[in-house]
Amino acid sequence: MNIAVTPPVDKPGSNQRPAMYYYDHFDRDYVQERVSQFRGQVERRLTGELSEEEFRPHRLMNGLYLQLHAYMLRIAIPYGTLSSTQMRQLAVIADKWDKGYGHFTTRQNIQFNWPQLKDVPDILQALADVEMHAIQTSGNCIRNVTADHFAGAAADEIEDPRPTAELIRQWSTNHPEYCYLPRKFKVAVTGASADRAAVLLHDIGLRIVKNAAGEIGYLVIAGGGLGRTPMVGKIVRDFVPRDDLLAYLAAILSVYNRYGRRDNKYKARIKILVHETGLEEFKAEVEAEYAALDRSGTNADPAELARIAAYFAPPAFEAVDASALETQKTAHPDFARFVDTNISAHKADGYAIVTASIKPYGGVPGDVTSAQMRLLADVADQYSHHEMRISHEQNVIFPHVKQSDLFAVWQMLKRDDLATANAGLITDIIACPGLDYCALATARSIPIAQEISKLFADEARQKLIGKLGIKISGCINACGHHHIAAIGILGLEKSGKESYQITLGGDPTFTASIGERLGPGLDAEEVPHVIDNLVNIYLEHRVGDELFIDTYRRVGQAPFKPALEREVEDGSDI
Amino acid sequence: MALISKGKVIADAWHHAGAEGPLADHAIVPLERISEASGKFGVLLPNSAEMDTIKPYLEKLALIAINFPAFTDGRGFSLARLIRRTGFGGELRAFGNILPDQYASALACGFDTIEISPERALRQPEANWAAAYTARDLAYQRGYDNTGSILDRRRAAK
Repeated sequence: MNIAVTPPVDKPGSNQRPAMYYYDHFDRDYVQERVSQFRGQVERRLTGELSEEEFRPHRLMNGLYLQLHAYMLRIAIPYGTLSSTQMRQLAVIADKWDKGYGHFTTRQNIQFNWPQLKDVPDILQALADVEMHAIQTSGNCIRNVTADHFAGAAADEIEDPRPTAELIRQWSTNHPEYCYLPRKFKVAVTGASADRAAVLLHDIGLRIVKNAAGEIGYLVIAGGGLGRTPMVGKIVRDFVPRDDLLAYLAAILSVYNRYGRRDNKYKARIKILVHETGLEEFKAEVEAEYAALDRSGTNADPAELARIAAYFAPPAFEAVDASALETQKTAHPDFARFVDTNISAHKADGYAIVTASIKPYGGVPGDVTSAQMRLLADVADQYSHHEMRISHEQNVIFPHVKQSDLFAVWQMLKRDDLATANAGLITDIIACPGLDYCALATARSIPIAQEISKLFADEARQKLIGKLGIKISGCINACGHHHIAAIGILGLEKSGKESYQITLGGDPTFTASIGERLGPGLDAEEVPHVIDNLVNIYLEHRVGDELFIDTYRRVGQAPFKPALEREVEDGSDI
Repeated sequence: MALISKGKVIADAWHHAGAEGPLADHAIVPLERISEASGKFGVLLPNSAEMDTIKPYLEKLALIAINFPAFTDGRGFSLARLIRRTGFGGELRAFGNILPDQYASALACGFDTIEISPERALRQPEANWAAAYTARDLAYQRGYDNTGSILDRRRAAK
């Protein structure tokens, strides 16, 4: 089946098309070949020629997991960048082959929770038609590369990280040496002075930096990660010249592939290797391999990175008369709140970065209906150069909006509950799918997020509390990133019952830290109340406009302990 | 055992030597016996072998086989590349648990041949290996045979 797609209509850098990478015939043929191959494998599975066990590696190579109730298809959104055409195709997939919605994940991907196996080849074809795929969204390989969701738009950027991320995407696609690593491998890239990509919490984190000579290169971090054993990554090299990036990555990957533990899957990530080997020895091994390998044979021709970068050339920004903005804000206090919270500084005068909230009060974090997808695509077409980003906070970003269009964008988003003024606030909760969907989960995440969201729905109170991240994981694998939340919630199972642990003091940025456990586990019903207590304690101790993390670091955990105490009035005797 | 080369099952001129007993020509010896061997011989390496252990023998070896204890254990791919990097020009053989789906990767990492058990050869007969061999796709990386990655071909097309 084929769906008509608007082909790229103009050259890189034109305002007629999004400033993002487009497949050439090599990319297109490559993805098409994988679709045909998988179609054959599904046919062989359906006729019984392949057993489920034999089929398993094939489906995992294409992002198809077997979950609690059904198959789940995880689709890569490379570095979170999505065109309006692609978003509309996701809506088609949701309507035609799923239950009318999808779920944006904490790794800038989208998951469909209800596809039928027989339909998956058609879904992959529909994706290939718009230059998307599900390759390497599972398995012990290099996963979808993530990047700053404000890339190419942020005011604090040295360089757009996406050309680098795209180069890594291509180089890591079905890499002959790195498809059977000890465990999965995640790379994040940022080019900004503020970290929105959590580079200290990935297997490899890259920061685009300038050295003393003014040359662009990469600061390389390795060994960060969440999961059962959360660790903050370590700097392994302050500066890798731009043209040597792939060789340096290959050196790290080779050391990891050879020496990473394979005896225990919970100790198999590179963070454990770095930790057990010791940073200095690990660095020495990487440097030795970097010195020995065929650098020019591993690196890409610099002209290839330049070719890719040309696609990301920013659109031509225009002069903007935003004089009406203040009047609009005064006339519409709810619009003013939206502008206060969901707008970020753009590098071009008169422009803004807009966050559409996928966190309506009481809703499911990251879930979008097909109607919402189409509305988001319409907004992107009309007001943001046909382009969107998926953030790891599970929201949708419009990177290039004229300030004079903000009011119109807000009105459009409001139509389908996408304009909640809560970006970065306490109800902008990150949550994994949890026990409602996931085969690994030990507890539900979504209902906890919904209850907390309802509890804090009052926008005046949210504004008073200010920026505060709550993140919820439904098991110790930590897909909900609870370790790096100001307030983290981890759902476990204790004697057949859901039990929630609270952690405090996590930080996902350049000052990364892992949250510390507050005390014993709580029942699901107790969680919102305890969160409320924690917030009140924070407000009591806060000095000026201090963030939660700063108050916590200053006063320590002790003042927060009483938050766990139950109210006497509830009559229970603990 | 079945030996696969260029997508075909071929006759094997080599045999695996045990932990003891006399060594004939064309023996693939376990690593522990590498210093005993002479004439035309090969070695079977665990995928955790260090290059320092092998280097003194590289010039004498006509064949190196690398064990794949499980198809999910990719250490052999990295070891193969390290061995080829030394300039080793003999036969490089992937031995054990390797799937037709991994054939292209094995070739790109420098392997020439694949040696699998008779049981595996029954489940994955010659046709599967032949299909995997002909279906080899253009890659985004330069492999050992380096026929040009997609990135290089783009530049060449300019």
